[in-house]
Formats: sequence, structure tokens, C-alpha cells
Amino acid sequence: MRYRPTFIIMLGLVAGLSLGACKREERGFRVQPPSSTTIDSKSLTDLQPGTQTPPPEIKNEYEENAYALSEGKRLFSAYNCNGCHSQGGGGMGPALMDERWLYGSKPAQVFATIVEGRPNGMPSFRGRVPDFQVWQLSAYVRSMSGNSPKDAAPSRDDHIQGKPPESSAEPVPVKDTSIPKP
Amino acid sequence: MSHRGRPRHRTTRSSHATRFKCLWWSLTVVLFAVISANASSQSALDPAGPQASRIDGLWRLMLYLLSAVFVAVMVVLLVAAFRRRTQVNDQPLKPVLLDTDPGQDRRISRTVISAIALTIVILFVLLVSSFLVGSAINSAPVNDNVLTIEVTGHQWWWDVRYDNPIPSQMVTTANELHIPVGRPVIFKLISNDVIHSFWVPNLHGKTDLVPGHPIETWMQADRPGIYRGQCAEFCGFQHAHMAFAIVAEPEEQFRAWYASQLNSAPAPSTESQSRGQQVFLSKPCIMCHRIQGTDAGGRAGPDLTHVASRQSIGAGTLQNTREHLAGWILDPQTIKPGNQMPPNPMSADDLNALLDYLQSLK
Amino acid sequence: MVEARLETSPIGNDELASDASVDEILHHELDKTWGDKPGFWGRLTTVNHKTVGKRFIVTAFVFFVLAGILAVLMRIQLARPENGFLGPDLYNQIFTMHGTTMMFLFAVPIMEAIAVFLVPLMVGTRSIAFPRLNAFGYWIYLFGGIMIFVAFALNIGPDAGWFSYVTLAGPQYSPGKRVDFWAQLITFTEVSALVVATELITTIFKLRAPGMSLNRIPVYVWSVVVMAFMVFFAMPTISLASTSLILDRLVNTHFFNPAEGGDPLLWQHLFWFFGHPEVYIIFIPATGFVSAIIPTFVRKPIFGYTALVLSLISTGFIGFGLWVHHMFAAGLPKMGQSFFTAASMMIVIPSGVQIFCWIATIWRGRPIFKSPLLFALGFFFVFIMGGLTGVMLASGPLDLQVHDTYFVVAHLHYVLIGGAVFPLFGALHYWFPKFTGRMLHEDLGKITFWLMFAGFNLAFFPMHILGLRGMPRRVYTYPSMPGWPGLNFVATLGVIVLTLGVLAFIINFFWSRNRGLVAGNNPWNASTLEWATTSPPPSYNFLRIPTVAGRDTLWVQPDDQPVVEGLRSDVRQVLITKMLDAEPDHIDQFPKPTIWPLITALATSGLFIGSIFNPWAVVWGSIPVGIALIAWFWPRERQAEERAPKEVKEKFREQNAIEHGGQV
Repeated sequence: MRYRPTFIIMLGLVAGLSLGACKREERGFRVQPPSSTTIDSKSLTDLQPGTQTPPPEIKNEYEENAYALSEGKRLFSAYNCNGCHSQGGGGMGPALMDERWLYGSKPAQVFATIVEGRPNGMPSFRGRVPDFQVWQLSAYVRSMSGNSPKDAAPSRDDHIQGKPPESSAEPVPVKDTSIPKP
Repeated sequence: MSHRGRPRHRTTRSSHATRFKCLWWSLTVVLFAVISANASSQSALDPAGPQASRIDGLWRLMLYLLSAVFVAVMVVLLVAAFRRRTQVNDQPLKPVLLDTDPGQDRRISRTVISAIALTIVILFVLLVSSFLVGSAINSAPVNDNVLTIEVTGHQWWWDVRYDNPIPSQMVTTANELHIPVGRPVIFKLISNDVIHSFWVPNLHGKTDLVPGHPIETWMQADRPGIYRGQCAEFCGFQHAHMAFAIVAEPEEQFRAWYASQLNSAPAPSTESQSRGQQVFLSKPCIMCHRIQGTDAGGRAGPDLTHVASRQSIGAGTLQNTREHLAGWILDPQTIKPGNQMPPNPMSADDLNALLDYLQSLK
Repeated sequence: MVEARLETSPIGNDELASDASVDEILHHELDKTWGDKPGFWGRLTTVNHKTVGKRFIVTAFVFFVLAGILAVLMRIQLARPENGFLGPDLYNQIFTMHGTTMMFLFAVPIMEAIAVFLVPLMVGTRSIAFPRLNAFGYWIYLFGGIMIFVAFALNIGPDAGWFSYVTLAGPQYSPGKRVDFWAQLITFTEVSALVVATELITTIFKLRAPGMSLNRIPVYVWSVVVMAFMVFFAMPTISLASTSLILDRLVNTHFFNPAEGGDPLLWQHLFWFFGHPEVYIIFIPATGFVSAIIPTFVRKPIFGYTALVLSLISTGFIGFGLWVHHMFAAGLPKMGQSFFTAASMMIVIPSGVQIFCWIATIWRGRPIFKSPLLFALGFFFVFIMGGLTGVMLASGPLDLQVHDTYFVVAHLHYVLIGGAVFPLFGALHYWFPKFTGRMLHEDLGKITFWLMFAGFNLAFFPMHILGLRGMPRRVYTYPSMPGWPGLNFVATLGVIVLTLGVLAFIINFFWSRNRGLVAGNNPWNASTLEWATTSPPPSYNFLRIPTVAGRDTLWVQPDDQPVVEGLRSDVRQVLITKMLDAEPDHIDQFPKPTIWPLITALATSGLFIGSIFNPWAVVWGSIPVGIALIAWFWPRERQAEERAPKEVKEKFREQNAIEHGGQV
């Protein structure tokens, strides 16, 4: 009886935090890709006659998971994405933290871009990077332009800072530039 | 406090080692290939190097001296407690005895003061011996013929590079270091992620690998053997499985090993091995691992050029057998949850070929 | 309450107090003034140090039990090699929660909690200084503790160790909010510890009963002074460190980023500059318990009072000069290592002085083996062994081998369980009658002791050997190296026995609370002032404020020991005395119960928890905190402050004359 108010506070906290916390904090070691439907996007170009087929709507739950996002960040440098995209600022490859998405900004589109590769230099990582890691990478790539919750996105890393960390990235309005630049 | 026990499972210790070096050594190599990787020694009570021996000496001094102190204090305490013990069951207790005996008080004061003086003397002895041992273990190696090895701690494995002024003479390996007996080895320790600690209890105490603080330490093995080491600073999920082995062997064996490690990986010699190589190069393996002489050049995971020559896989987690390797490739996350290698589901044929290939990388 | 009052305090022998009806009227008036409001509202608004103290003790004990359960889970996981009971993710959260809870939510708070209850009684005053702040200190501690356990239940339990070494605890290697909750828990417990330390120091220096000059303060109270001052100097360091960590994680500062000029070793220095004194913050009040228990149960005053007090104070100073011995393996300059080796060994000297003085006290006395004394004797065995392994760890070279192994796990549990938990259980057995008015069951108390003693040694002694045989600590599992599995299994068995001991105490607690023997004022016939009032004490502590004629007050006071007259009974008047000789100085009026400490604590908790997620919470959260503070300190009544009435001073002079030439 004595601690009744504390119980009420506790219940409130549980209710309030549990929704956000579960997704954010889980450390998935033996993971399945967020979607069991494989992305069937084998076309070598995004040019299509007539109106475009809308990209598949797949929610990438890794975007709300801090561990998956940080894994994506780790893989981004372990797999040498930095070599071309240079921490998202762009170099040989396009920038990833701006508003321009040459091949689409949807999670499934980013996934396809990594798996399939794109003309003018983006290699295909089909078979080389497991699907769940591609999802982690795609979640991380989207967090660079502020497209993931701030309490899950990675904060600064232990390197010289070339750009503001993902958790402070302001959401950038998306401009899907569907036609790739030559 | 008398718990100076030596591990019973001694396998390598023998004074015959120096006399029958070759024969004995080839025997032990065979033995160790058979016995599990865990049969190696990891104990501060079984020193095999100069620093560990000195620290062991200090430990014994402290153990004997402080055990004597402990026993003495306990005896006095028990005598004090039981010599005029009273059985009282009154509630409340009887009033207090305030009568004092000045003579007794003086005697007690004198005793207490001498006990304190004795404490200070003992502490001084321990302090001086600690300083002496400290300066001895921290002095630079006397032998000029040193070997320098750069060890980088990663979550959760050890990257090893043998320094050499000629770049082509550098050897890169992981989680297993061979060192020549009787020759000082300088370890340059680096961490680029979190703090680890490099610890081979049979040879020396710990040295922390702090990011931003490269540090050097040296060790020397006085007799051949396999000395297991382990990360000793909490470093995340798999701190428990971040082990390594130091194989101390006579100079000739060491040179032979070094020469073989300098070679590129042997080319596949059977059809199955060729297919295995193809599997390696077309699967996620290539993203992180390096096999010298192939296109695989990843640096995020351990170098596998001579993986078959090592005794364990997964940073000392499993003995290096075909079965373990198969389990490890398919599902490392069950064996070592949280480590950075993803599961690699593949067909049985692919797996067999891959195992054939990896096991050929002597 | 009326029966309790009729057993009037032995101090009330003054001619004024002999009349029972006068006493009764006084009791009613005082109880009306000092008592809590009735009902649930009264529970929320209370500022009485005994209510708050009891709550504090019970809460800290609940955290002790929770952290103990976590320890049992860990030992089950470690019972055999490569066990699959707990995975690394959960194990790391559990060992972090165990360490954090034991250090921040149990050990320091329970030492403060017992002091909050006892110190005003022991120095003979009506209330703790700053009673509202005291209530606030409790609430903020409770909310912090609830926060971290709710977080743990939601899988946001901190997992970087109770020491949270960067860079592992930094933003890159600990994604999510787990470490932020840890860092903010530190803030909660800091605030609580600091306010309580403030109250305790003020109470001891300014509210002592007339005549209790500094050289008559009970040794336990001295130990509280030293503890409180250590809190003052140690806690700000950890606040600084944990705030820097949370800034690194939340707003991307670079305090600990080696690539941008930060330094991971800075964290270790800051952490251990707090972390090592923390051990003494826990240990020093525990030595105070021992110094209170031993004289009572050997029926003799303590031997070497001055030496004991001086060694307490010097421990308090030297305790701040040892922190680097936690970092010998981190590659510090060798000269510095030698200095800290010497300092670490030096602290053995004051501890040795204390131990020898206690043994001398026992030698002079006639020991009566009641359960509190058993715990004190168990303390000697366990703590001395822990102290001696501490000497080993102080030695730089030897530390390189045993650092971060199970040897250290053994050492720290020998020191903390031996040095703090055994005396604490002794203290709980000793003061339980004062807390509740009933005795704990003596036989069950002895069973508790023997189970705890045997279980403890069985659990932790093998760990020394494990560490020397190379088993590192903080591992969620281990390979089957020679000698490891057997010793680990023994340790797990020991922990189960130890758990049974704690369980026996819990059973004893609940049984004795209702069915124990009625205690009376002074069941142990002890010498300190808390035994001069009823058990449990009335809301106003003493019907008449006592005066003190000598060090072992109740043993040496003459039958006609005067009491303080002239305090009003209709407002909360408290006698303020001078710091050195406790001469009456003036009368202060203490505040009434109020809800505002609770509301302020809630608002502060909101600020703290909000700032885990958004730095702007510090700005917006400070508005409700400010409002609550304004309401708290809104002047409502004239704060009456009067000079001490003439008769108080006269009585004091008279009493001084009595003890002049007598024993100090």
C-alpha cells in the first residue's frame, strides 16, 4: 500500500517506454531479413515504358533499431563503402546524405541498389553481402539523411568528424531523381 | 590461504626439452594437434618467462608473509573473544563493567603500538620488494636479438603482424603467435575500437590496449610450450571468447614456421578444393577475409592465408577441426553470439568443397 | 504509545520530569507538533527522519535482494563451462546491473539510510537538519532506482559494466540508450547522496545535545562525518564523468574520443577518483557499526577512541590517493605507479589501527556472543583477508597478473561483503529493536550468520585460485581450462548457501516484526543516546533534549543528569549548539511536512529521464523544477529564531560543573 504511487509511475513508464524500447534496443544476432519476400528487382535499368511500377512497400524495421543501425554503420566502413561514398558526403560515388536519390529512397529501392549495383561504378553485392546486412546498410544509408528516429540513429563515432552524426542529421526532403545521370 | 596449487594437466613442462629438443618437440607438436586447444596452459602460478617468474616470486613472498599475519591476527582475536566469554541470556543485558585496570591498559596500549609498528615494517618489506620486482620487469630486455610483433585487438579477435624492415618479409596472421624460445619479443599493442588487454599469464602480466595510446611490452618464453592468453578487459559481447595462443618453440622450428607463413596460400590441388576456392570468392567470406595469393583481400576479419596451420578458430573458441569449421561457417552466431561474422547458409556440396579448400591452407 | 512513554527515558530523571502527568501532556503536545499527517497524504508529505530513514533502509534492502538475484543468475550461468543459460547480451546487462545496483542503489544508500535514522537520535536532537531536503533525497533515489530497473526490464539495461569504460560505453560501441540510462542513474544517486551528506554533516556539527563535545561523539557518528565529507569530494567527480559521457553520447561532444583529442584514460581517472573513495564511503560507516557493536557486547568502552577517530579521518584522506591502482595495466608512468603502490599500502596502517583497537576492546571485555557480535567477528575474518589481498593488489607488478581476474572479484567481495555487509547485518540485528520496538529472533539470527559466513567463504574463496589460474572476470562463460569448472561449481554452491542466509534474515525480519520479544528502551544496555528513548522512538525523538556528561553517555551519566528545558512544544523548535563543545547557541524552527519535496523530485526525475532522449529536456524540464522549488521555499510563516533561553544556558553551566574533573 505504501508504495502505490510508485507502482502507478512504474506502470506509466512501462507503458510509455516499452513500445519504443523494444524495437530500439534489441540486439538481433541470429537475424532474419525484415521481409521474407525477396526483392525481385532484377532489371538492369530503372527506365520503364509508360508509368513506373511503384516500388514495393517494405518497412525496414531495422530503421528503428539502434543496434542494426550501428551495425550498418560498421559495415559501411568494413565493406569499404567509404571508398566511393566517403562517409556519405560523396566522392567517386554520389553523396548519400543529401536530398537526391538517384535510384529511389524507399528501403526496398536502397536494398535493390546495393544488391544489384548501378551503372557507372556501383558494384553488385549480390551473394557477397547477406540480405540482413544489406537491410542494415540500407537502414543506415537512410539514417544519413535523417530518415530514422533520432533516438535510434548512431551518434558520433570515435573518428575525426567529417560530418554531423546521423542522430543529429535533420530530415532532408526526398527528391527521387528517377533518371540516372549519365 | 594456502592455495598454491599447480594445474595438474601439465603437458609441456620438462627439463628434457633442451636435451632432446627435436624429437621431443615433434612429439609435442603431434600431441597438441590431437589434444584440444584448451590443453595449453593459462596460469600465473606456472611461470614460463622472466617477468612471470619474478611476479610469481613476489606472490609467494606476499602469500607466506600475509598468511602468517592473518593467522596471527585470527589467533589473537579468538583468544580475546573466548578467554572471558560470558553466557548471558538476560534481556536487557547486565549493566556495563566500568572498572578499569590501568596496568592492563598500559600493557594493551604497548601491544597495540608494537603491532602497528610491526605492520609498518611488514608493509615496508613488501613495498621495497614490490619496487624491486617492478623495476626488474619493466627494464628493457637485455638481449638485443629481439623480435617485434604488432598486435591489434579487435572486437573479438587478435590481428597479428610480425614486423620486418622489408615489407615482403612481414607475416600476418591472427589469434596464434609463434615465438622463439629464449628470445625477447616486443609486442606493439594497438586498439582501434574499444579497450582490450593483452594477457598471457604464464609469461607476463597484463597490458591494456587503449585506443589512442599505442603501447609496448615485452615477454620471453624460457621453455617451449603453448601459452594461452585471453583478453582481460571487458570489451563487449564476446569478451569471453577473445583468446589467443602463444606457441613458444625452438628457434629452428620458429624459423621454419615463419618461412612457411611468408608463402602465399597454396593453390587448390584437387577439384573439390578449386570449387571451394570459388565458393570462398563468391560468398560473403571475401568481404572480410584475406587469403594471400587470391582476390580475397578483406581486412575486417582474420587473415586466413594459413588458417589450417592454426590450432583453433574463432579466437580460441573452438579447436580447429573440420566439424567445428563447418559449424562455425554455417552459424557462428550460435557458437559466439554477437561476433561480427554473419551466418552463411550454403549447400552441403559447397560447404564440403569450402572445407576442403580451407583445410588445404596449411 | 502511552505504554511506551511510561517507560520514560533514563535521562528524564530530572525533578521536572518525574511527574507522569506532565510527561503525558508534553508527549501529546510534542507528538501533535512533530507527528506526520494521518493517512496516505501523511506518507507522501512526511519529513520525519525516522520514517524517511526506514523507507530508505527498506528500499535499499530491496535493491540488495534484486541485485542478489542477479548474482545468483550469473552464478548459475557460470556453474559449468560453456553454459547456455544466459547469452552474452543478457549476461552483460545482468553483471552491469548487479554492480551498479550494489554500489549505487544499495551500499552507499543503505549506509546513508541508517545514518539518517540513527544520527539525530545518537546526537540527541529532535530532527535531522534540512528535513525536507532529506525527503527529497529519498524520493529522487527511489525514482532513480525504479528508472534503472524499469529500463532493465525493457531490455534497456546498461551493458557496459558498472565502470562503463569508454570507448566501449561511448556512442559508437554502445548504440541505443542503455548506457545513457546508466549515466543518468548516476546523476540520480549523486543528487541523493550529496543532499543526504549535507544533512548529516549539519546535524552532527550543529544539532548535538549540549555537552556532546567533539571528543564525546560516538565513533559511529564520527564515521558518518568522514563518510559524508568523502561523499562531498568524491561524488562531484563521477557527476562530471557521467555528464561528459552523456554529452558525448547525446550531443556528440568529444571528451572521450581519441581521434578528436579526447582520451579514454581520462574517463578511468575520473571514474576511479570517485570509485576508490566510494569503497571507503561504504566501508567507513561499516567500521562505525563495528565500533558500536563491540563495546556493547563486550561490556567495555571502546579502546583507543582518539586513535580510532584519527584513523577514520586519515582513511578518509588517504582514500583519495589510491585510485590509480585500478589502472596499473593501462600503461602509466612507472614513477606514478610506485607512488600509488606506496599510497595503497599506506592505507593499511589506519585500518590496522582500527583492527588492533577493536581486538584490544574485546580483550579487555567479557564478550557475550549475541548475533550482532557474531557478525562483527565474522567481519574480522572476512575483511582482514580482503584487506591482505588488497595489499597484494596494491603492488604494481603483482596487480598486473591478478588485475581483472577472478582474484579481484574475490578481493572486492571479501572487502565489500566482509567490510560492509557483515557489519551491516550486525547493525540490522543490533538496531532492529530500535527501528521496530521488537527483538529479532536470536537463534534465527545466528543461523543467518553461519549460513552467510559459510556460504560467503565457499563462494568467494575459490575465486582467488581461479584468478591466479588465469580466469578473467566479466566473462559470460569460460572454456574448460584445467581447474576452472570445479572451482566455479563450488562458487555457485556457495552463493546458494549465502542466499539461504539472506533468506533466513528476511524470514526473521517478517517474523520478528510482529512476534519478536518487546525490546524496551535499551535491550542491550548500550551506551549511546539512541537507547535513551523508547523503541521505536516517538516522532519527536526525546521528550526532553538530554545533556551529555561523558563519552559513553548512558554508562557514565549521573542519576541527576540535567535535561534541556525551554524548547516550545507547539512549533518544531530545535536546539542549535556550537560546533566544538556543543554549547547551546540558539533555537531554530524546523519546517513542517510538505508535499513539495515529492513534487520537486518528480519534476527533477522528469528532467533527468527526458534528457536521456533529448538535450532540450534540460531546458524545458527545469521549468517545472523551478516552479516546484519556488513553492517549496515560499515563505509561509515567520521563521522564529531565538537565542537560547536563559535556563538552557544555566543548566548547561551547571552540568559542565558536574562533569568537570570527571571522565571525558
